[in-house]
Amino acid sequence: MAKYSVVGKRVPRIDALNKVTGTAVYSGDVILPDMLYGKVLRNPHTHAIIQRLDVTKAQALEGVKAVITASDVPGYQSRSPLLLAEMPHLAQEKVTYAGQPVAVVAATSIEIAEKAVDLIEVEYEELPPILDVLESMKPETPPIYPDLYTNFIASPPSDEDSTPSNIAYHMVINRGDLEAGFKEADLILENTFRTQPVHHGYLEPFAAVASVDMGGKVIVWTQSQGVFTARQMIAAFLDLPASRVNLVPVEIGGAFGGKSFLALAPLCALLALKTGRPVRMEMSRDEVIKAARPAPGSVTTIKMGVTKEGYITAASISLIYDAGGFPEMSHTMFARGNTLSHYKIPNLKIEAFDVLTNKVPVTYYRAPGTPQNHFAVESQMDLIARVLDMDPLQLRIQNIAVEGDTAPSGEILPKVGYKETLERMAEYLKEKGSLQGDDQGRGVACGFWHGATVTFGAYVHINIDGSVTLVVGVTDVSGSRTSIAQIVAEEFGIPMESVSVVVGDTDTAPWASPSVGSQTIYSLSQAVYRACQDAKEQLRHLAAARFEVEASGFEFANGRLIFQGDAEKSIAIGSLARYSISFRGAGPVVGRGSIGGLPPAPSVAVHAADVEIDKETGKVKVLSYAVAQDVGLAVNPLSVEGQIQGAVTQGIGWALMEGYQFDQGKVQNDTLLDYRMPTATDVPMIDALLVEVGSDSGIYGIRHVGEPPIVGALAAIANAIQSATGVRIKELPMTPEAILNGLKEQNKS
Amino acid sequence: MKIKVNGQDYEITVEPGRTLLDILRYELRLTGTKEGCGTGSCGSCTVLLDGEAVNSCLVFAIEVEGKEITTIEGLSQQGKLHPLQQAFIDEGAVQCGFCTPGVILTAKAFLDSNPHPTELEIRQAIAGNLCRCTGYDKIVRAIMSATNS
Repeated sequence: MAKYSVVGKRVPRIDALNKVTGTAVYSGDVILPDMLYGKVLRNPHTHAIIQRLDVTKAQALEGVKAVITASDVPGYQSRSPLLLAEMPHLAQEKVTYAGQPVAVVAATSIEIAEKAVDLIEVEYEELPPILDVLESMKPETPPIYPDLYTNFIASPPSDEDSTPSNIAYHMVINRGDLEAGFKEADLILENTFRTQPVHHGYLEPFAAVASVDMGGKVIVWTQSQGVFTARQMIAAFLDLPASRVNLVPVEIGGAFGGKSFLALAPLCALLALKTGRPVRMEMSRDEVIKAARPAPGSVTTIKMGVTKEGYITAASISLIYDAGGFPEMSHTMFARGNTLSHYKIPNLKIEAFDVLTNKVPVTYYRAPGTPQNHFAVESQMDLIARVLDMDPLQLRIQNIAVEGDTAPSGEILPKVGYKETLERMAEYLKEKGSLQGDDQGRGVACGFWHGATVTFGAYVHINIDGSVTLVVGVTDVSGSRTSIAQIVAEEFGIPMESVSVVVGDTDTAPWASPSVGSQTIYSLSQAVYRACQDAKEQLRHLAAARFEVEASGFEFANGRLIFQGDAEKSIAIGSLARYSISFRGAGPVVGRGSIGGLPPAPSVAVHAADVEIDKETGKVKVLSYAVAQDVGLAVNPLSVEGQIQGAVTQGIGWALMEGYQFDQGKVQNDTLLDYRMPTATDVPMIDALLVEVGSDSGIYGIRHVGEPPIVGALAAIANAIQSATGVRIKELPMTPEAILNGLKEQNKS
Repeated sequence: MKIKVNGQDYEITVEPGRTLLDILRYELRLTGTKEGCGTGSCGSCTVLLDGEAVNSCLVFAIEVEGKEITTIEGLSQQGKLHPLQQAFIDEGAVQCGFCTPGVILTAKAFLDSNPHPTELEIRQAIAGNLCRCTGYDKIVRAIMSATNS
């Protein structure tokens, strides 16, 4: 984009220098004097009642400074733990999944803490586990929690004859006349698709360090995606006012939604309060896999009707997410805005459930619940294209929603470059040509993400040397510091090197929502932009007073204000800042920006995967992969491409190799050797085709970026596999074994 | 025991079960070396041991007596970044940064033995280093570009 000088340029990340030299500080790198070490005792059973819990031997061990159990948690006194989501829940009367924490120890060394954990005595009475969502949903299945009510969690809905249920959340959308819609169809297909629970795979395991100052303030260093929400959560766990807790931001070693969950920090903070000493806790990788939240598995049934010309007349979809052993945040909530939203469907029904089982509880992972539903929807579209003998991109182009259409949620669709993106991919594939090799195939799929909308604040300080300091409270998980520095540089006409971005702690920074839902750059950029405008307006008035002219006549260029192009009436922003802080000055220039929830700026990514199948072994090789995505405006194309390439690789892993393996609800593959994620040899170079149809609501036209490129990947690979082999796989992961089985079935028929 | 890390000699007391990773991070406070798995599966803890890339979580501290270790903190010389470090910055190969020290050191040892590799050779060389942010694309490009500098 030529109209900007810094925004839209490929710039190296401002945090990269610390990261390539090993000086960046992550949670596990924080070392305080006189530190204790914490360790969690985890329950081995999927479902059991705690008959006896005795910590006296552990407490008596030399070097042990505290042992805590559920009865020590102040936050459990005033509310049900069911309301303290995204935190570890120390077991009370019963345990509902293997790996649930039962007690936590703080000791003078990690070895003593481990020994103390072994000395804690627990007697369990095992209960039959509930492991299948369909079984769990049945009214006759006993509820895992006696006080869990659908949609109201710990309180029964008042207006109906409600009973406790394993269905934590339930949502239905009806539109038009479904029956009539199916009657209009020339072709109706119905299929059920299943996905497995997968892990985010962040390389950095959970860690936390906590201390308490002399005034009783709890200070916590941990890798949270949102330091302000983390502060509220820890305060609730400790039953303290939020102002008694300060969260200090640290670098975060990969998150992808998985680090809104505070796996250790509340426990660590409680140990620090109990002992009065700093405490450090770290999770081993097997603890991360077994007890930090994965993404849910799902069972999705979709029925779709189309005319013989390929227009959708009706669709119904039922989404069931396996929530595991605790009602963590709802995936059903996301199904509302992200299911069948990118197509024109006059008659539809969407129904979604979060259902408890005695497995590890789940949390959000990059476009929560949406890769799962798109695996069904975009596989289904491909199957329809095959029956109608239509080009799969053309089928999508002719059904794609356009600006002004009403989404299933009732929202009116803003301007989105769906069509432009599909056409960009069609053009790219035409140029690339069709595949020639045996056992090779191409698959396409769309990935839609509606986007979250949240709130942020930002401060801008003008320094006397003409540099600008930006203070925010946002966790950088996607290069956000660099992108907002670009915006500040753009607005003041200064080089990137003259901007410093400070991510403050919760005591000093303005409020920031967590970095989730692809909204960080989209929303935060507005707060930063407004803070810049506020500071610029103050500078204009200072300059106007100096030259005795109208403030509105000043423009910013090269770090200076210039009045209507007159070089005589020009002054550096640093000079104004210097005068402003002298004793005759007007006071420091501090710009303030604040943004409420913006309307969402949805995005779509069109995926194309080329694969080759080894029919002897069933192994899938991804030959090439491309994503065309409407990114609105890529503030830093280097970062945007990186988001797309990383998301696609996670999607390839989800499609082909990743997945939790359970034995009676207990996770079996708890190392990174057994939980297999893509290596550099499993993926090709990934072409990111950036389409820039600006959004109406984002500054410069920015829209959500990070999530659409994982959403379509599962179906794109499945569709490519069918193109290569004729085998349609409806259950993930599509392992060599699954493909060989498919080929065998095919030979039989 | 005596060990040499980033050209500096240290004399330390080591408990028998401690790994090289433990010593680097918690005794010498060289926290640029990361622990991602503790089982040698992710490569985040990669350091150079007499020039060879090793997973420091799988090496007992007592095994490295008298050997030379290079960690990410020791890669730049006289304040000048190693070409790989510069290439990782310039090519956008750094995102969360947790895998970065390990990948750079693996790449360093690899390029020392194979200065002009193909893309496939690079991919095979770093296959023991997991990265979850980048999809490897920009990492592979950074290593290729470092071979040209």
